[in-house]
Amino acid sequence: MVHALIEMRGIVKTYPDVRALDGVDFTLERGQIHALVGENGAGKSTLIRILTGAERHDRGTIALDGAMIEPRTPAAAQRLGIATVYQEVNLIPDLSVAENILLGREPRSRLGWIRWGAMRERACEVLTDMGLSVDVAQSLRSCSIAVQQMIAVARAVDQQARVLVLDEPTSSLDAGETAQLFALMRRLRDRGLGIIFITHFLEQVYEVSDRVTVLRGGRCAGSYSTGDVSRLALVSAMLGKPVNEAARAGSAETPPSPAPLHRECLRAGGVFRRHAVQPFNLSLCAGEVLGLAGLLGSGRSEIVRLLFGIDQRDGGDLAINGRAIGRHSPRRAIRAGVALTPEDRRSAGLIAHLSVRENMMLALLGARGWACRLPLREQRMIAERFVRSLSIATPDLERPVAQLSGGNQQKVILARWLLMEPTILMLDEPTRGIDIGAKEQIESLIAELRAKGMAIIFISGELEEVVRVSRRVMVLRDRAVVGELTAAAISTAAVMQAIAQPPAEGDHA
Amino acid sequence: MMARFIRHWPLLATAGVLAALYMTAAIAYPGFGSWFQFTRLFADNATLGLAAIGMTFVILSGGIDLSVGAVIALSSMVLAVLMSRLGLPMWCAVPMVLALGFAFGGFMGGIIQVFRLPPFLVTLAGMFLARGAALLLSDTKRIDMNNDAAVRSLSERHIVDFNLAAIAFVAAAVIAAAVLRFTRFGRTVYAIGSDESAARLMGLPVARTRIGLYAISGLCAAAGGIVHLIGMQAGDASAAFLLELDAIAAVVIGGTVLAGGRGSVLGTLFGVLILGIITTIPNFQGDLNTWWIKIVIGLLLLAFVLLQRFAQRWSQR
Amino acid sequence: MRDSITRLLWPLMALALLLAFNAVASPAFFHWRLAEGRLASPLIDVLNQGAPVMLLALGMTLVIAAGGIDLSVGAVMAMAGAVAAHLLQHDGSVAVAIAAALAVCLAAGLWNGLLITLAGVPPIVATLILMVAGRGIAQLITDGQIITVEPESAFLAIGRGTALGLPAPVLIALVATLALSAAVRFTSLGLFIECIGGNEEASRYAGLDVRSIRLAAYAIMGLLAGLAGLIDTADIAAADANNSGLYLELDAILAVVIGGTALTGGRFSLLGSLIGAILIQSLSTTILMAEFGGRSVPVELNLVIKAAVVLIVCLLQSSELRRRLLLVTRRPGA
Repeated sequence: MVHALIEMRGIVKTYPDVRALDGVDFTLERGQIHALVGENGAGKSTLIRILTGAERHDRGTIALDGAMIEPRTPAAAQRLGIATVYQEVNLIPDLSVAENILLGREPRSRLGWIRWGAMRERACEVLTDMGLSVDVAQSLRSCSIAVQQMIAVARAVDQQARVLVLDEPTSSLDAGETAQLFALMRRLRDRGLGIIFITHFLEQVYEVSDRVTVLRGGRCAGSYSTGDVSRLALVSAMLGKPVNEAARAGSAETPPSPAPLHRECLRAGGVFRRHAVQPFNLSLCAGEVLGLAGLLGSGRSEIVRLLFGIDQRDGGDLAINGRAIGRHSPRRAIRAGVALTPEDRRSAGLIAHLSVRENMMLALLGARGWACRLPLREQRMIAERFVRSLSIATPDLERPVAQLSGGNQQKVILARWLLMEPTILMLDEPTRGIDIGAKEQIESLIAELRAKGMAIIFISGELEEVVRVSRRVMVLRDRAVVGELTAAAISTAAVMQAIAQPPAEGDHA
Repeated sequence: MMARFIRHWPLLATAGVLAALYMTAAIAYPGFGSWFQFTRLFADNATLGLAAIGMTFVILSGGIDLSVGAVIALSSMVLAVLMSRLGLPMWCAVPMVLALGFAFGGFMGGIIQVFRLPPFLVTLAGMFLARGAALLLSDTKRIDMNNDAAVRSLSERHIVDFNLAAIAFVAAAVIAAAVLRFTRFGRTVYAIGSDESAARLMGLPVARTRIGLYAISGLCAAAGGIVHLIGMQAGDASAAFLLELDAIAAVVIGGTVLAGGRGSVLGTLFGVLILGIITTIPNFQGDLNTWWIKIVIGLLLLAFVLLQRFAQRWSQR
Repeated sequence: MRDSITRLLWPLMALALLLAFNAVASPAFFHWRLAEGRLASPLIDVLNQGAPVMLLALGMTLVIAAGGIDLSVGAVMAMAGAVAAHLLQHDGSVAVAIAAALAVCLAAGLWNGLLITLAGVPPIVATLILMVAGRGIAQLITDGQIITVEPESAFLAIGRGTALGLPAPVLIALVATLALSAAVRFTSLGLFIECIGGNEEASRYAGLDVRSIRLAAYAIMGLLAGLAGLIDTADIAAADANNSGLYLELDAILAVVIGGTALTGGRFSLLGSLIGAILIQSLSTTILMAEFGGRSVPVELNLVIKAAVVLIVCLLQSSELRRRLLLVTRRPGA
């Protein structure tokens, strides 16, 4: 009986507060490129970490070629023949290409001295065998990310890998480099390797994979032969929405008759950033909520980062409240009346060891300059006001913000920006990882602010939320804007259609 | 071909500065370019050179070792005590001192690795410990060894006009360069300095290597102490004060980046010679004061550091 | 508030321990008397001699909290003394000498800060440059000599004078502490420094000007180092470019670490650093004065004990140690 290359059965992994994997089965055959997709919290990374030895599963079995295995460390997994190429490559930048391929296994003379000539030759052999030609003596740092990734693949292949896991390899590649990588992947597949390809790019799944498995909420939501599944079916499996979703979640919940349009307060024309998002136009008026919808990694956060000045744009024009913006920065954005609550609360939002009050007042104090501090009494008054209006659950203002729950932390960040009284408020996944009650509060808050004339950009991974809250929705896929929906046309089904549309159909304006 | 040449530009820059400095001095001061002076350059800077060689290993891995000066002093004192107070012959005492340095460094490396403590603070503690121990070993802070026949004869030995100190310096440089280039241990040192987490993920023995390279630094410092004793014919507990700074300067001027991952022992050798020349010039130019040395070294450091930053930015554009 | 008291617990306990040791081994430590209008006691001597380190530790706290480090402060002290002594020698007024010295040190701090924030040079290397070159500059100013200050000069009051019954250096350190604490507490500077040291990315997102804040920390450090250098020079009535402030940067860093500020930056405590500095100075004095059965303790023991203190403090702060201890203590039950 011919065994599958990798057979994972009933994998369960529980963390203290969440069940990351709830009985997942996954099969990888020899000579197969198997795409693994799923939204945030679906369990993809956990599954892969278990396979590659970075985590231990709680229950379930893993079989490699019929034999049970239990990789306990990344090194152990490597020895078994399971190799990983990470998104950040994880090779040594200052060493040469040849060394990176053979590090730890350098050819040595009888006395133990490394033979550089033999090493370079072997490295050349490996690369040529894979159809690559790279100067093996140059440092890895001097190679582009695309080439670095292929060198990582070369290292894996030279280590007799039988299973190759590629973790979002194409995020930083352009079209040509992606094509090169895919050619390499096909070559390796034809040689009998099993390749697990983790990606957010829908089109790439169809371009290169033989099979695709969708994870959602810690379970397997579907495993298909790529040629047999439509894009719509795939997207609906990823988002958990039935394909023929009725108008129920749609028009009935769109905001009643939109407020009369005020002046335009933000205009972006042809703005883009290499490897982040392709040129897009965006126009935002006071008193409207613009939703950005799309799968994880489709470019939504990249757009708001560009608008806020955290990332520099590589081209295009930007005007905020009528004023053209040249070189952008968060300080400029704040002065112009823009605010952003970032996607990652912990690393980009809060200063963990500071108190609730300090985190809340930070933007205001920063804008006033170090010399013009608000008296403590006034700070407390303002902070208390927002604690009340946002119902932030905290015993007192001086508690370190790290001790608050996720939802309350999010509210603290929200308060920070609300008290700046911005004209434009950008919310990047404000409801991620928070309880239902807090979610509803934030949604009604958005409605309130809109009614008062604030312009809001809203990003959420939950489709119904975006649909419920926005008057206009821009749809993104694979780092490009592929469509825009307005008013009555907004529904989860419509958004999914826009995401799933094959590229040959062309873009909507 | 050209690309390969340019790849080593930091080393070339250092070599260029060294050559320019040497030739300018040789032309400006008669006697500077003599063979005798040349050999003295190596002999007088052997202690610094040995310390800098050990420091190269540490800095390449992204760490730092502030204890080398103190370990030099401690080693010279221990050797003096072993030989003059306990009467041990030289061939017996020297390996013991080297082992002491090796163990001391390895101990510090162990603490740094196991408890993930900042090398700056741990080696600072090491410096205090070693210096204190050196001073405590004897009531007289200096133990004369010029009545010891072995020491006297060694201090007079010359091979092709290079005395033992110079030979030890050059030999250590050659061995260190070979280890860094031709052993897995050496390549792992570079890997750790370049990207430690990647090195771990690639399955390299990071823990072992880190402990080993601090041990090597201790070993080199101990060798420096032995050389110092032979040269001064005395064990000296106050020797090598702040020598670690000069060692760091030599390593940086030699092209090794303080963050680790790039650099070479050859560069450090050049760096030590550059420092040596700068320190010697006031002997020839009588009206130059010692302050001149410090400012020039500072300027050199600045120039090389800015050069490194500039090159980094240029390659990232 | 509660939080800051618990953080100060360790250094306070260590200090208390040290004082208790003194009560037993050398009761003379606590003797005091009134002489010539000033309070005289080994305790006061500790504060007096420790004043330069205290000033350095205050500035170093801000620099480390902002995520950096400054190795050049000893050299900057030497520069201050050199500038002041040189100007005094050339019939300058005391006020001009002091002002010029402080200005030069402020410039030195700005130099470090600019090198780090604009050129992006890592702090250890950047300040190493001034650490080496600074003494050379100081010697350049003094022309390689040790310049003495006239015994009658009013300048010496900084190091030897008395006011309110306390030695001038102690008073200066006190005033500096109060001024800095006020600056840090009544402006947003303290908050900003904690932010950029604690989470630089989040600080950027919140719109803070990371560069200027870091620059300010180094500038303040320069100023305080200048003050420390003036005290040192006034104390010995001479500018010794070679020895002024030698190794004091290490003591300052040590004081900051003992005081509870992490070397990685973020939350800081000026009071903690002060206690750390006093602890270090008390250590030296204790060893100087201690007697066991009539024999005095060798002074060099000071260094060995300092080594132990550094190590213990590091281990206490090490989260890795806590993790391993937890593992060990949990195993029997698990």
